[in-house]
Amino acid sequence: MALLTATDVRHYFGGLCALAGFNLALEEGELMGLIGPNGAGKTTVFNLITGVYRASSGSIRFKDTELVGKTPHQITALRIGRTFQNIRLFRDLSVLDNVRIAHYARARYTPIEALLHLGRYRGEERRIVDDSRRLLSIFKLERLAGETAKNLPYGMQRRLEIARALAIGPELLLLDEPAAGMNPNEIDQLMDFIQWIRREFRLTILLIEHQMKLVMGICERIQVLDFGETLIEGPPEAIRSDPRVLEAYLGEAPVA
Amino acid sequence: MSRPLRRRWDWLLEQRWLLPGLLVAGLALSFAIPEYGLLNRYVQMVLMYVGINIILAVSLNLVNGFMGEFSLAHAGFMAVGAYTAALLTMRVLPVAEFPALFPVAVLAGGLAAALLGLVVAVPSFKVRGDYLAIITLAFLMIVKSVIENIDAVGGPRGIPGIGKLTTLPWVFFWAVAVVWLVRNFVYSRYGRGVLAVREDEIASELMSVHTRRVKFLAFTLSSFGAGVAGALFAHLLQFISPRVFDVIKTTDILIMVYLGGIASIGGSILGATLYTVLLEILRPSTVAALLSWLPAVVFDPLNEHFIRHLGVWRMVIMPLALVLVMLYWPRGIMGLREYRGFIPRLDREAHRRGDPQGGRRDGAAHRD
Amino acid sequence: MSEALVYWLQQVLNALQLGSIYALIALGYTLVYGILTMINFAHGDVFMVGAFFCFLSAVYLGLPFVPTLLLTILGTALLGVLIERLAYKPLRHAPRVSAVITALGVGLFLENFTLALAPYPKNVPALLDNVTWDLGGVSLSSLQVIIIFLSLGLMLVLDHVVHRTPVGMAMRAISWDRTFVPLMGVPVNTIISVTFAIGAGLAGAAGTMYALAYPVIDPYMGIMVGWKAFISAVVGGIGNIRGAMIGAFLLGGVEIMVTAFFPSTYRDFVAFTLLLLLILVRPYGILGQPRTQKV
Repeated sequence: MALLTATDVRHYFGGLCALAGFNLALEEGELMGLIGPNGAGKTTVFNLITGVYRASSGSIRFKDTELVGKTPHQITALRIGRTFQNIRLFRDLSVLDNVRIAHYARARYTPIEALLHLGRYRGEERRIVDDSRRLLSIFKLERLAGETAKNLPYGMQRRLEIARALAIGPELLLLDEPAAGMNPNEIDQLMDFIQWIRREFRLTILLIEHQMKLVMGICERIQVLDFGETLIEGPPEAIRSDPRVLEAYLGEAPVA
Repeated sequence: MSRPLRRRWDWLLEQRWLLPGLLVAGLALSFAIPEYGLLNRYVQMVLMYVGINIILAVSLNLVNGFMGEFSLAHAGFMAVGAYTAALLTMRVLPVAEFPALFPVAVLAGGLAAALLGLVVAVPSFKVRGDYLAIITLAFLMIVKSVIENIDAVGGPRGIPGIGKLTTLPWVFFWAVAVVWLVRNFVYSRYGRGVLAVREDEIASELMSVHTRRVKFLAFTLSSFGAGVAGALFAHLLQFISPRVFDVIKTTDILIMVYLGGIASIGGSILGATLYTVLLEILRPSTVAALLSWLPAVVFDPLNEHFIRHLGVWRMVIMPLALVLVMLYWPRGIMGLREYRGFIPRLDREAHRRGDPQGGRRDGAAHRD
Repeated sequence: MSEALVYWLQQVLNALQLGSIYALIALGYTLVYGILTMINFAHGDVFMVGAFFCFLSAVYLGLPFVPTLLLTILGTALLGVLIERLAYKPLRHAPRVSAVITALGVGLFLENFTLALAPYPKNVPALLDNVTWDLGGVSLSSLQVIIIFLSLGLMLVLDHVVHRTPVGMAMRAISWDRTFVPLMGVPVNTIISVTFAIGAGLAGAAGTMYALAYPVIDPYMGIMVGWKAFISAVVGGIGNIRGAMIGAFLLGGVEIMVTAFFPSTYRDFVAFTLLLLLILVRPYGILGQPRTQKV
């Protein structure tokens, strides 16, 4: 059975149709790419899955749970992690706190235990610190644990955002343009890195990307969106050779 | 400070026994001072106001500093705590026979305010920033006019003749208790959630933070503090009326918070202490007493032309000082830093271990 | 006319009078907010200073109404610019809340400074021969007429300035985008000073009229009136000039009606409860636009 299924999902902003019948079946362990021209509705798909927007109609199921109607924190707690197109770190907080905050739902202690620093509080906090530092060391950010997030260079902020998304312990990871602003060399590294975290954390990954090199290089399956509709879906080779994709991007069919 | 002295100081601050030691010493002093008359009654009174203002500032900082909202309702919660406790000690609890029941009244005041804090939390789910500021202001006005319209609690005339039950040890106890609770809250997943909400509410939801719960808890704890402070205040002033808890009272607390530094417990303690003490020091009688060693040739004209008028002008000097502080330290005296004694050991170590500078920049600066 | 109708008309007239004063002050809040997204909490006290300027001009200079009004407007406008230059401008890039607290500090300073100079409430002499007309039972005073029409006139002028002149265009541009507008050659500092001058000048006009309508003035009179004007601005949708006027007349109306039908101690209670409900139903005010956040 698919890990994430979207069935005929529609979304309107006022009268504007942002997504007209989106369908998706993401198998466990798969790495899938979502591409399309600007304004095609890719980020809207992420916002619908994570509950930032509520779908106007249709159904999104994660394992056996219906996601439509749930709040973002409930959905995230089901272990769906995400990053943002324009980095949204907690800029004034430390690198460590950025990661620790994402442990919120997995910490098991009550407000009373927190207020009195009693019971499970100490053990859980110790575990959160250890887990967070382990994540940071994987991302080579450990030495910067006490640094304020906004002071990190751009590339490290991107890494920290992925680390933070992993801190919620995701089974499904949604990456929104992870390669934005990177040079070809960095993109190569990022491709290896995504493959590696996918194995290491046993992730299913759905990613939005404009860098064809990255999408074609690592995705097993690609769906092309245009004007809120699915244009075509298939393996990278099929997408690359499909005239409709070029047309969507360039606005006209290439001369054959 | 010279380097060896500096190192000694750092070593002292690192000691595990420092905070408990200070607490025990403080508690002992708070009993000894009134018992043996170590300080005169006026100074004792000022100390009690300092304690109450610390409670107010620290608890308001939770919402206005850590959460980054702008609540104007604190005096309203204070009023609820004050009226609840005063009515309990005057009409319900036999405090005359059992003075030990006083903390029950204070706790009840705190809880009553906390309950109302829940109500104020609800609009914070819908609006933020300036609009929430207005809602809290409206709430403050509503509390005030509801009290004004209930004859059973004295209406606009208020309640006179409240027993003087607030003592130095009690103020010390409650100040420590509230500071401890707020500090514990701040260094928990809920406190980090509050900080995350301040930074980016949507991103915090998407990092699994239950923002509603976190806001509920922060508003509740904050108003609990205000209620406790109100209860102590009522039994120190021995008279309360709706006018005591108006916007000006809220403004006072706001000034303490932002003077000391937002999102810093140590800052609020500093701000409350400075504000209270400065206002008292600038009183004509205090200044005259402090300068009485001057020869009469200097003192008399000084007194005639300057000190005697301080009664009014100190209220002019204080806001001017506030504006100057804001211009030079826009984030308050402590900025976003925290006194390291308040940061749990685990937090400090977690932030420090990986620091390339080898730990000179300790956890105290980690929220810089 | 029936007695009930006379009574109603009388109250409407009172509401218009109170509403115009609120509106003049609310405009100052909304102008500054629109351009700097800052709540100028000292604004209510500028209004109070305006009332005291009126008092000084009338008593010590012995000036009649029109020069007094002009002098007051000029004085408060200068005060507004001075406050902006000394206290707010250095904080333009600081956290927003620092400017808000500074504004609270400036407000307290104005209150206590005035208190230090004038420890007792002052009586403002009547500057106008107050004629009262009886219109079929409804009494209409010349003072009311002047207040209402003068306020409306000032509002029309302001509306024209903001929507039809280059200065107004620059103001709207800055409120739209503060990063790039300066690059287009708009003199931001001048425009901000002009905004403060206009806002404070209107508060001065309101102070004068308030002092004539309710002649006992004291240094703390600006607090409540200021807060209520601010609320009017929020109810209308803060940053929106027409919204501020609507909000002000609405609040004035509610207050007068509550006082007319309930004990006067209920006034604040009802007014603020209505405000609370309105904001919960329309979180961004009557004419306000929500600022959507892109994810």
